Amino acid sequence: MHSFGYRANALLTFAVTILALMCAMASFSDNLSHPSPSSSVQVLNVNWFQKQPNGNDEVSLTLNISADLQSLFTWNTKQVFVFLAAEYETPKNSLNQISLWDGIIASKEHAKFWTHTSNKYRFIDQGSNLRGKEFNLTLHWHVMPKTGKMFADKLVMSGYHLPKEYR
Amino acid sequence: MGWIGETMDSIKSLQIRQVLTQAVSLGMIVTSALIIWKALMCITGSESPVVVVLSGSMEPGFKRGDILFLHMSKEPIRAGEIVVFNVDGREIPIVHRVIKVHERQDTGEVDVLTKGDNNYGDDRLLYAHGQLWLQRHHIMGRAVGFLPYVGWVTIIMTEKPIIKGREIPIVHRVIKVHERQDTGEVDVLTKGDNNYGDDRLLYAHGQLWLQRHHIMGRAVGFLPYVGWVTIIMTEKPIIKYILIGALGLLVITSKD
Repeated sequence: MHSFGYRANALLTFAVTILALMCAMASFSDNLSHPSPSSSVQVLNVNWFQKQPNGNDEVSLTLNISADLQSLFTWNTKQVFVFLAAEYETPKNSLNQISLWDGIIASKEHAKFWTHTSNKYRFIDQGSNLRGKEFNLTLHWHVMPKTGKMFADKLVMSGYHLPKEYR
Repeated sequence: MGWIGETMDSIKSLQIRQVLTQAVSLGMIVTSALIIWKALMCITGSESPVVVVLSGSMEPGFKRGDILFLHMSKEPIRAGEIVVFNVDGREIPIVHRVIKVHERQDTGEVDVLTKGDNNYGDDRLLYAHGQLWLQRHHIMGRAVGFLPYVGWVTIIMTEKPIIKGREIPIVHRVIKVHERQDTGEVDVLTKGDNNYGDDRLLYAHGQLWLQRHHIMGRAVGFLPYVGWVTIIMTEKPIIKYILIGALGLLVITSKD
């Protein structure tokens, strides 16, 4: 009854159970923090704005992004994926979300940042609706835990306009 | 010898009643694993509630061998979510992040573009030829949580390629042999007894003959039907997962 195999099995079972419990607790503890991130984005320049031969509008922007996401980090946070998306409505589409810039923040020390960049992914509309278009810039973040549930939130910044003419 | 003898004795000394109890409890474990799996399918609304990350394209977030829990809800798909999708003509589902969304005004249909965090470009190269957007029906679910490392068991079980480029060895009859005068090397051509033509179509592109190093062995005897266990295990991965789950439960529940 008290053979080596039996004891090893009992020990392994106990270890796995404790590990599972600790993972569950670590994941649960994320619910207790109430983060309060802040951010601001300026469109510094419209580099160019044109209609592609296939009829879709494309625009290139220079952005200044600053954010403070330090409060998102807890002891169960592996990384924070942060991205800035342009969001707008067109007659054809009720929602268009276009990721313009993204970044991976690996530690709390790097969570307060500012960056000066042109859009990393192409800002192309489905159709030709971008002239004079009002759009929101939304900073989304996805928190990836060391283990357990992932969660996400966003900060909407509204009141941006594209120029009325191609340039 | 002593260990085997002991085991034999202990097997002989087992009463029928005990054997039955064991069989019933094993059955209970297998069925409860099945119930858990099916319940997960119902709760998450996804065909496969758990997937294993196979590539490093989402590093450092998800590494090879991590397990993802999926959820397929009616909620619309939004940028930033990590979705699992199937592309026509590809067997293995891909786990990547949504970077662009266009949702129709009238029908509510979505066009989605994805990208792996660790990849340089977006996924249009991975999609079917000429496909620019993913639609709703390509998407199997979105990732909601994960467990690190647990999936390595599956990766090790599935990735043992025996022949380079072709995973499954072929058992066919040799129909032509040319043996060299000087080196003794052979050129061999094979054919399946039940096939019409020879195997050149199965060989690598441009390969006309098999050499010695392609051949893993020759068949010398056989047992009918026994291999079905393996075929079922490889072709119906769910059964494999259930068995693994059952073994896991066995470890957890077997106190004496």
